[in-house]
Amino acid sequence: MSKKVSPEKYEKTLSYRISQWFYGTKDPFLGTVEMQPQKPFAEDKETVKKRRQEKQGLFKNIYDTSHNAELQFFGKVYKVFSVLFCVFLVAMLLVAVSDLPTFGHPENPVNNEVAARYIENGLQETGAVNIVTGMILDYRAFDTLGESHVLFIATCTVLILLRLDNSKKGSHGMGYDMEEDRLHEPKNDVILQTVARILVPPIVIFGIYVILGGHLGPGGGFSGGAVIGAGLILYLNAFGFKKTERFFNEKTYKRLSFCALGCYCLAKSYSFYTGANHIESVIPLGTPGAILSSGLILVLNICVGLVVAGTMYTFYVMFRKGAY
Amino acid sequence: MAFVQNLPFISIILSLFSGPLSSILGGKKAKWVNAGVITVIGGMSALVLSYVVSTGEEYVYRMGHFPAPWGNEIRVGVLEAVMALFFCIIMLLCILGGIRERENEIEDTKQNLYYIMVDLLLCSLLALIYTNDLFTAYVFVEINTISACGLIMIRQNGRTLEAATRYMIMSLLGSGLLMLGICFLYDLTGHLLMSNIKEQVALLRTSGGYHIPLLVSVVLMSVGLAIKSALFPFHSWLPDAYGYSTVSSAAILSSLVSKGYIFLLVKIFYRVIGFDMVRDSKVINVLFVFGIVGMIMGSVSAIRESSIRRMIAYSSVAQIGYIYMGFGLGTTEGMVASLYHVISHAATKALLFVAASGLTDTAADSTDFKDLTGAGYRNKLAGVAFTVGALSMVGIPMFSGFISKLLFAQASVGVDSMKRMLPTLIALAISTILNAVYFMKTVIRLYTPVRRVKRDGIVFTQVKMKENRAKSFALVCFIALNLFLGLFSEPIVMLIRNGLEMFA
Repeated sequence: MSKKVSPEKYEKTLSYRISQWFYGTKDPFLGTVEMQPQKPFAEDKETVKKRRQEKQGLFKNIYDTSHNAELQFFGKVYKVFSVLFCVFLVAMLLVAVSDLPTFGHPENPVNNEVAARYIENGLQETGAVNIVTGMILDYRAFDTLGESHVLFIATCTVLILLRLDNSKKGSHGMGYDMEEDRLHEPKNDVILQTVARILVPPIVIFGIYVILGGHLGPGGGFSGGAVIGAGLILYLNAFGFKKTERFFNEKTYKRLSFCALGCYCLAKSYSFYTGANHIESVIPLGTPGAILSSGLILVLNICVGLVVAGTMYTFYVMFRKGAY
Repeated sequence: MAFVQNLPFISIILSLFSGPLSSILGGKKAKWVNAGVITVIGGMSALVLSYVVSTGEEYVYRMGHFPAPWGNEIRVGVLEAVMALFFCIIMLLCILGGIRERENEIEDTKQNLYYIMVDLLLCSLLALIYTNDLFTAYVFVEINTISACGLIMIRQNGRTLEAATRYMIMSLLGSGLLMLGICFLYDLTGHLLMSNIKEQVALLRTSGGYHIPLLVSVVLMSVGLAIKSALFPFHSWLPDAYGYSTVSSAAILSSLVSKGYIFLLVKIFYRVIGFDMVRDSKVINVLFVFGIVGMIMGSVSAIRESSIRRMIAYSSVAQIGYIYMGFGLGTTEGMVASLYHVISHAATKALLFVAASGLTDTAADSTDFKDLTGAGYRNKLAGVAFTVGALSMVGIPMFSGFISKLLFAQASVGVDSMKRMLPTLIALAISTILNAVYFMKTVIRLYTPVRRVKRDGIVFTQVKMKENRAKSFALVCFIALNLFLGLFSEPIVMLIRNGLEMFA
């Protein structure tokens, strides 16, 4: 049973003070803080109208809809057809899926000699305790070689699209955008910097651990690299570009990815060449379970990790500022 | 194992490695690395071709220490080697033909990125050609898609960005459907290696199990690759992508990228599903219909264009239609004709793009037809080259286009049902006339003498062969290649036929 307390009495209770502190209206050091409710986002009717007109004008200029009857017609038909297409695709896939082998049934075609050998002989043949790593970096290393170059070329495409250069030919000018961006950089936010100082080293170390332990347990180059990349992005957000430029700029990225991918290419070329020509590989597999084991897998994991970390960081930097 | 057998693998790795290498080099050095790599790979492909022809047998090359269903492998036959050789030659000429345009249109600091794209594009094409594993094919389809996007948008103006976005969306839809098809197939057969899937599919076919999912997976893969290679109703991204990107990009995209996907589709038909199964599944009937509609509609759109680049782009839609029509005939002859057309169209379309850029040089890069009146006199070599390309497209004897039309007609007569023969012949006839309308219209305009020296502020200038040696060289080589394909088609058709026999 709760008793109704008068407001004056309630203001003196502990729970009221805790809730005040929680909502931020009262600070133990600063005293009462005035809270202002955030204004709802409102735009002038004029600006909305203007923006809409600009958009329509742009659309008209590009497609010239008033003179292009075909395009006008197409615009109408397009919506109907896209809905019909999606419905048809969904229906077709549902029918097909309902006819597939039962999920998880032991007699399924997927449970064949391929999977059996991976599971039974994976450890002896690749030296990796983690069978998945053994599969992607040893049995089917050619696919993974392609996959790591997908990341590389994706970064290059983002560089093409977003990197701002001081070039006469391009329409972008570097100056204004850079200035603008520097204005929005975090201004030494104490909380963020303190947290980052505490968190970034463990994040990076954890990433390194995930990469190095890829052949021993869950993990590997892709996941570990993503962790390191996230750590770098946090550091950048806390301390700004001036600090990160000291150790990571475009040259670093290029050299890093060249070394990593080149190393990957060379290592795998060696094993492809020896494998195809039936030459015994000289790389020892080591004792399963040790850090230095499983042949080339550790090296490849490190290469992939470097590429992934660089790619993550580069993506972030490009979308944020357009330069390192 | 003979050392020659290593060359396909070495050429894939070499082009793969040259990508990251170009990223640390400057634009100039990257250009030389790129040209060198393409030349070396072309040479290696020629050696591989001569080796495979002399032994008369295909061979598989194990990628790593584990045999096929567990590890990866690539497979080399006559058809693969022929394709690799022609792709290298055409890519090298495309790169040569557009050096000056690239230097003008691409920012200096991004020059080397262009060559990274080209290197990795070549790598992905080679991998698509040689691979014997469906998943490897998918991985390299990804590289192919991304690098093609990069090639479109590296010339940064609003049009190319929009074109690249459209290309990305359509192409990813295609990739997604292909991926779904591969997933279905893996679930039904438990394999990713092409030859093993084929065995399993044959077993399923005799037992009659999983009929619907199998059909759906064939449909998904065919439609996915048809979208990626711009078959008729999915061609909306094409004119912008080819019309506004820098000239070597347009040439490479139209002549090689779409052809890589078509070759993958042939591979899936023959090596994964089995052509009998594809024929019974009626999927090729759909391809046949859309191919024929594309042949007509592409040409109609091309006639209505007022820009030379976009006209050539629309002509690609029609030519892709020819190729799919050949698939749709459902006979080996039809397939031979299609594959010959892949090569002949690749050579001709690249020639047309490079020649068109030579012609627009005379009118300050304006692609409007009105500015090109009499351009054949102002840039003589480009005019001749464009005429050769146009004649080849229309199908005049001596040029490569004639041979492919002849092969298509022969193949259609060989089909036993009238249902396919008549539409094919009629469509061929109509399409030839339409081709003649827009290509001859352009050629006549090019050789119409004109007095005035400027129009709307665009000054017409004379361009001599010496001014742009690389482009002149590329054009001369293209003309020679076209004549070679037109005059000495017999050995190439023989090679394709041998290769298809090895496929099945």
